[in-house]
Amino acid sequence: MGGTADSTLVIGVLLPDALGTYSDSGNAVVLAQRARWRGIAARVLQITADVTPPTGCDIYVLGGGEDQAQVTATRWLQQHPALVGAMETSAVTLAVCAGFQILGRSMSDRSGHSYSGVGLIDVTTVPGPRRAVGQVITHCVIPGVGQLTGFENHRGISTVAASHVPLGRVVRGTGNGTPDAAGHLGDGVWTDRIVGTYLHGPVLARNPALADHLLTTATGRTLDPLDLPDQQALRRTYLQRSSR
Amino acid sequence: MWFRAAVAAGTWTARLSRRLGAGSGSIIGGRVTLALCPDALARLAAGRQVALVSGTNGKTTTSHLLAAALASMGTVAHNATGSNMLDGALAALAQDPDTRFAVIEVDELHLATVAEAVDPEVIVLLNLSRDQLDRGSEVRSVAAALSAALIRQPRTTVVANADDPMVVWAAAPAVRTVWVSAGATWAGDTTTCPRCGRSLASTTERWACECGLARPDAAWTAVDQAAGAASAVRTTGESVPVRLSLPGRFNLGNAVMAIAAAARMGVDPQDASDAMSRVDDVAGRYSLVTYGSHEVRLLLAKNPAGWTETLGVIDDAKALLIVVNAREADGRDTSWLWDVPFDELRSPTVVACGERAADLGVRLSYADIVHTTIADPVAAIAAMPPGKIDVVANYTAFADLRRRLPSAPAEAL
Ligand SMILES: [Zn+2]
Repeated sequence: MGGTADSTLVIGVLLPDALGTYSDSGNAVVLAQRARWRGIAARVLQITADVTPPTGCDIYVLGGGEDQAQVTATRWLQQHPALVGAMETSAVTLAVCAGFQILGRSMSDRSGHSYSGVGLIDVTTVPGPRRAVGQVITHCVIPGVGQLTGFENHRGISTVAASHVPLGRVVRGTGNGTPDAAGHLGDGVWTDRIVGTYLHGPVLARNPALADHLLTTATGRTLDPLDLPDQQALRRTYLQRSSR
Repeated sequence: MWFRAAVAAGTWTARLSRRLGAGSGSIIGGRVTLALCPDALARLAAGRQVALVSGTNGKTTTSHLLAAALASMGTVAHNATGSNMLDGALAALAQDPDTRFAVIEVDELHLATVAEAVDPEVIVLLNLSRDQLDRGSEVRSVAAALSAALIRQPRTTVVANADDPMVVWAAAPAVRTVWVSAGATWAGDTTTCPRCGRSLASTTERWACECGLARPDAAWTAVDQAAGAASAVRTTGESVPVRLSLPGRFNLGNAVMAIAAAARMGVDPQDASDAMSRVDDVAGRYSLVTYGSHEVRLLLAKNPAGWTETLGVIDDAKALLIVVNAREADGRDTSWLWDVPFDELRSPTVVACGERAADLGVRLSYADIVHTTIADPVAAIAAMPPGKIDVVANYTAFADLRRRLPSAPAEAL
């Protein structure tokens, strides 16, 4: 698969040091384990700022980070166009929170200063009036994935251009903070290669169907269902509307 | 006169609260006093030698150690129950109004306010890492607020951990500092420079950033020799043996921070160390209780840094119960479980418990840890085969367990 000669699925965690604040690296663990449990060998690479990033990963994951780390991460990605090219043409990418904003056209920091993102997706982000913190439920637009649960903690208001669709329609919480064409609040973005979202949790730990969607996109394989203990109980906890 | 009446009203409220079974009463009592007399904290602290103890992990333990050390010289007021908001501090001072010393454990978000109110002789700043991000407190903003507060306290000595970059960034602007090499094992929040955001090229021994932020030379160093012998070594060459009843490398670091603080407040370091060696139960942490045919050891770990320390204390020969809640005081977000290296667990039996047992259970499965899931921890203990159990619980889970398990110390089984 991907850039490796053997058939190992390679998952690259981009800048785990800068974008590790909200434990989103767990998404890579979920992907790797769910691949292994289906008999697909998988490896996780931690790609830090001091190395030239490999361009042959099958899946890249980016997580949330604090404001300053986000600026550093954006600059680093802009300095590695080959990596951005791989994310555009060959790999599948999951981008969460700050990672989602970074892949967009532009964002602004707390003081209102605007700077450009990587530009892989047509999304622009500005700071909102207050932090959105709490549990989120969305209806995912990807067929078969169902409801998504996660925890948001951000100040971004993200506008997704009409050429893209948000990943989910918000049932509870804030998400992008902007309505889609039909007037519904959306969260994140979904393209053929990129899944962006504000949901932490990590999002793939709480939503195994989304993890399997990414694995299927990356490997081209249909995957057998997995029955993980506690998973249903976890989803019941968060998908009940009364849960906090 | 009004001030005294306000304190009396608070003390009375606390007693009433205790009698009604609503907890220790210190918080509600403190709140009443503060509402009646806003400068009560400053007035209660006046004339005493005050030490504030703050940081993400270890502040309850360190404040207990420091209080023990100071007690070898004089009377001490201390918020021993770990009520570490403004009102908890106030309640502790009101309860023992005439002591020579006061040791106040302060939540890092409230340190600036309390420091300004009491103008302490010493502030002990242990470590700063992620804890309850959903309180809207990114670690760096907390450090920046501390920094601003410390500049306004020129008479205060800050005893600060030189091994934690976030602490160094926060404490460096202080007028008087005593740096202590207390150790730092979890680097999750600080592998980037707190000042400029660059990656920190670091070994645990020394770290330095291109922007100039670097590990300061330490006046005291926690030295952990082989075979359990440990000491606090001063740059002057003095070496003070440290023999703790509390387990773990982390508590050695806490102890050396406390020795440095006690020395600054006039206690002989060896006397301080001797007094600290007798502390074996810190608000129930590390305590052993008997429940049925089980000897249960209670450990507290509420974030990835705390867990990293706790992994070194867990006894691999015992069954392990992990209890996780996600109430307001714990933080509503359970994502932090994914930064705990649970794959390092070697316990023969692992049980996932608590109000977020399912979150924990999913996390353990992905770490390939075979476990059972029983939400109620007391029912889980009762269902285990007789013997010794280590229980690691986060904040409210720990408090619940202490309430539900008998407080009598364990007898040998
Ligand atoms: Zn720097």
